[in-house]
This record gives sequence, C-alpha cells and structure tokens, in this order.
Amino acid sequence: MITQVKKQNLYEELFQKSFSQSTQPAWLKDLRLKAFEYFSQNGFPTPEDEEWKYTNTAPITREQFSLSVEKKPSTQLENLIYKETQRSYLVFFNGQFIRELSNLEAASNIEIFSFSEALKTNNEILEEKLTKQVQYQRNGFTALNTAFIENGLFLHIPENQKVSVPIQILFVSTENVIATPRILILVAKGAEATLIESYLRSEQARYFTNAVIEISLEDRATLKHHRIQRESHNAFHITTTDVEIGEESIYDSTNITLGAKWSRHEISAKFTKEKAEVFVDGLYLTSGEQFADTHSVIDHLHPNCKSRQNYKGIVDGKSRVVFNGKIFVREGAKGTDAHQSNKNLLLSSNARIDTKPQLEIFNDDVQCSHGATVGQLEEEEIFYLMSRGLPASLAKNLLTYGFAEEIINKIELESVKATLDEALLNRLSVRL
Amino acid sequence: MLLEIKNLQAGIEGIKILKGLNLKVEKGEVHAIMGPNGSGKSTLAKVIAGHPGYEVFEGEILYEGKNLLEMEPDERAREGIFMAFQYPIEIPGVSNSQFLRIAYNEKMKHLGLEELDPIEFNDLLKEKAKLVEMGSDFLKRSVNEGFSGGEKKRNEILQMAVLEPKLAILDETDSGLDIDALRIVANGVNSLRSKENAIILVTHYQRLLNYIEPDYVHVLADGRIVKSGNKELALKLEEKGYDWIKEAA
Repeated sequence: MITQVKKQNLYEELFQKSFSQSTQPAWLKDLRLKAFEYFSQNGFPTPEDEEWKYTNTAPITREQFSLSVEKKPSTQLENLIYKETQRSYLVFFNGQFIRELSNLEAASNIEIFSFSEALKTNNEILEEKLTKQVQYQRNGFTALNTAFIENGLFLHIPENQKVSVPIQILFVSTENVIATPRILILVAKGAEATLIESYLRSEQARYFTNAVIEISLEDRATLKHHRIQRESHNAFHITTTDVEIGEESIYDSTNITLGAKWSRHEISAKFTKEKAEVFVDGLYLTSGEQFADTHSVIDHLHPNCKSRQNYKGIVDGKSRVVFNGKIFVREGAKGTDAHQSNKNLLLSSNARIDTKPQLEIFNDDVQCSHGATVGQLEEEEIFYLMSRGLPASLAKNLLTYGFAEEIINKIELESVKATLDEALLNRLSVRL
Repeated sequence: MLLEIKNLQAGIEGIKILKGLNLKVEKGEVHAIMGPNGSGKSTLAKVIAGHPGYEVFEGEILYEGKNLLEMEPDERAREGIFMAFQYPIEIPGVSNSQFLRIAYNEKMKHLGLEELDPIEFNDLLKEKAKLVEMGSDFLKRSVNEGFSGGEKKRNEILQMAVLEPKLAILDETDSGLDIDALRIVANGVNSLRSKENAIILVTHYQRLLNYIEPDYVHVLADGRIVKSGNKELALKLEEKGYDWIKEAA
C-alpha cells in the first residue's frame, strides 16, 4: 500500500505542474480536477474488477513517468508517414497535438482544431463530448487521461464531405514520458473519411501512452478506421476508443496490435439510431514477454443494425493475450444481425490466451453468433505445403502468415499493408 | 528404375490397408491403379508422398535407388515426387502465385539452380497456367480458397506443371469433375507427359483413361495388386465391374 501511495504522489506532482499552468475554461478545469481526485482515490484498476480479471496493471503501477519538456522530436518523422498520407497527417508528440508538425494540404475539406482553439470556437461540443462520452469514472486510466487534458485534437469532417485522401494521426513519444492524447472526431451527416491511427516507434524507448479517442458518426456517415499499434517493445499502452453510430452509418475498423510490452485496447461501439453497420476487426501478434489485451463492447440499442467482429491472434513465446468481446442486443433492437469470431493460433506452449466472447440478447428477433478458438495449425495443411517441397518450418510460417492476412488484407492502403506484411514476415522469418 | 515398391504393408492408426504390394515404374510410363473403394488406392498415393498419418509396417520403396521411406515429405517433393490431392487444401491469405514461387524456388535451391524473382516467375507461371486454361485472376487468389471442385483439380495440375516432377501421382483427380473440367485436366496432364517422367493415375473409374492413355493398368483389391494388364483391362473392368476380379483373385 505504501508503494501505491507513493506512485500516486508522483502523478500528483505531475498533475499540479500541468494544472497550474492551465488557462482552460472553468468547466474543463473542474472536470480535470474531479478526474484527478477519482484517480487519487481509486488508482489503476485491479484484478478484483471483473473487466480487469486477467489484466494485471501492476507493471504500470510500478513504473515512474514524467511529463514531456521537449516541444519537438529530435528525430525526423518522415519515415513514419505513410506514402498515401504525405500531405494529410497530424502529429501528436508526447501526447500533445502539434499543428506545426502536421500537414493537411491534401485534405482541405476537413477541419482541425487543437483543444485550445476548439475551446474558443466549439466550446459546447467539447464540453458535451469530454464530459459525457468517455467518462473519467470509467476507470483509473480514463480518469488519468482526463486529468491531463491539455492540447488534444478536434477533427471535424463537415457535412457531405467525402475526404478522398486517408488521414494519418501519428503518435510518437520519447523516453520516460506519460502521453495522454485525447481526440474528438465528428463525422457529420453524409460525410466519408479514412483514418489511420498509428502509434509508431522503432527504438526501444520506455514510455506510457494512455489515449482516449471519442468518435461520433452522424447519419449516413462512413468512417474507415485503421489502428496500428507498433509502440516500442518497452512501452506501456492503453487506448480507449468510444464510437457512437448514427442512422445508416458505417463504422469499419481494423485494429492491429504488434508493439508494446503491455497493452490494452478498449473499444466500445454504440448504435444511437437504426440501420447502421459496424465492423470491429483486429489482429494481434505477440511474442517474447508481451501482454496484449482487447476488450470490446458492441451495443445494439436500436433496430436493424448489423455488427461484425473478426479478431485473430498469433501468440508466441511467453506472451499473454486477453480477448473479451461483448455484444449486447437490447430489448428494442429487433432485426439485429451480430456475429463475432475470435480465432487464435498458439505457437508456443509457454504462451497463454484468455478469450471470452459474450453475447447477451434481450430480444427474439435477431441473428447472432459468436465463437472463439485457440489452436495449432492443421496437420493436413502442413502436409499439403510440405508435399510441394516446403520444409516444415517454412510451411508452418507460411500458414501462419496466411492466417493473419485475412485481417491485414482489409487494409486497402498499399503502403500500410506493405509495412504490416513486412513486420509479419520478419516476425515469422518468411521471405516472399 | 524410377520407383520400385516391394512387399509394401502399410495403413493408418494400426490398421493394415496395404497387404504386400509390389510395383515397378520406369521413366516414360503411365500406370493406372484401379480398384474398388477401400482397396487401398489412396493409401498407396499417400504413403508414396509421405503423409505423416500413414504407417509402414513392412516392405520398402526405392525411388531412383534410394530408400524413399527415410525421406521427409518435403524432401521427396524436392527430389521430384508430386501427389495431386483428391481433396486439395485451401490456404487463405496466401496467393497462388506467392505459394507456387516459394515451392518452385525451394526446389531450385535444392537442385543448386537459380531462384526466380517475382517478375521472372510470373512470366513462367502465366505460360504454365495456359496448360490448364487458368486466367491471371486465379493466380492472384488465395490457394484453392473459394475454388470450385474442378478449379481445385486444375490448380493441382498447375502445381504439377510448375514443379515438373519426375513422378506424379494423381489421386482420384477425376472425381467430381464435369466433362469440360476433365478434358482440361487431362489435356494438362498429357502435355506434361514425357520420356523423362512417370505418372501414376489412381482412379475408380475408367473414364479418365479415355483421356489419358495408360501403358499399364493394375487392379488393386484388398491391399494387393491382383491383376495387371494394358488399357484393355480397364475397359473390361468398366464392362464387368470389380467383382469379376475379386472372384478371379
């Protein structure tokens, strides 16, 4: 207990430092203060909490982090920008949105505001979203993120705008830093966009990313959202993604987890009206002593909505993986069509997977299914490839590659797909 | 002698299916192995290819004078043995062209020959694909995924064309094919037939032999070859059925 109090004192110091410099409006200061109080009292969640049963937060509790003093990265970011987004990227450095490092030349029909700007122009939207969508009381991580809200990003795709170029949001952090990026995304009526949320870090820095991303799709809007988590292998990472989906809208996300020593992705998608569609797919590839957790909730509150969830995992070494996928079909949500699948390849006897698909249906008029598997490669498949001259190890690696490709192939952006293929092949020592 | 099987006794899960099979195959020959269901035809094919589920209790198989049973399945393949599967396996996420290039290059590497890069290989692949009337869309698709029965069998023959085996065993390649697919598959096999290789056709029906003419026909019953002859034997089987052989044996 003594240790824990000490750590919270450490965040206390950081909080006071950040808070004392704030010139934010009273509602936001008040929100931050309450959030920090919540964190001080509750700390990070513990395994006694059902949602954290298999997720040990102790590794983070033990670590000390600091706030960033640098305003600009010392290294070049060019290598981290995808070919398709050379003129449409936004940069977060150590958790803060830095407009000077960003480039939106090719996406002039979208609006971006740093929080300090948005508090002047869109104060009501910010207050509404930051206080109500992802509430700080959700857990110690969202509380800590809220307590440290400084320069977040408000991204607005205006009505009926079809954004033809993909937009990359790049997150980079430096050694020892706690980064708490906060992003609001509003896709207005009839608008369409593609977003790549990329946490990239090639070096072995130790830092902590604690991101919260709130997304709202109004009616007949479409957002394709690719999330690429390739943090350093000494990093700690948690992202809370919350999505609200309006009538006849489509939210299609692909979540790739390759990096971080300890990571968790919480994603909630909630239908706020009828006839919308949600795809929440993902791939996690873990090895060594990595820990990777996915917690998802898809909430069917309204009739005639469709959700698909396809998560695949390749789990090697001594790594540990948690998958928890909940689908709720509420009483009024007639005509719901919801399917969930979680398939895992366990490549090592020292690795471990805890998977729990959950379907809760309060309504008869539905089509739902869910399933999870944990297994090894099929002997027949291995033999087929060997019978064509591939040595056993290459046959197994190629099958594993193919297993992952179903998810990676969803990403239509060539250079994003190519870098993921490369990472996957490197990990599997396959040459194609 | 390309292949010599002596007193082969083999089976699966401790059950003996082949009960003393003898067979000699020279380069340039086409042998048809016929027989009723359960006679051990597919077992023979799988034992030659090295399927790990099958067990050899007694006997030996010499391939180019070497002990085949000591070789791993992939080694056998690189040494020139190819089995076309009765039920080809789907490999989602790996394209036909990627897969074939990897297999081709593994063989080249083994033979100490130059490997091909994707561009060079695709030229070769397009030529080979013409043999089984496959368009380039097939080459981009995942191996066998979503292929019809006939497409899968054509894909097996494409693999054979790319890997140019010395000994090809076609395990019930004709089963489930309509007449057009059968013609395409047979044309592909005929064009690959040469003095330098041998083919073993494992089939239940004589139909395939109208398209691919064998030099020898063997009838397998209860784990042994009970009768051997030329293509006339197949016609006789077609007419009289297998009971006649069983009785004669």
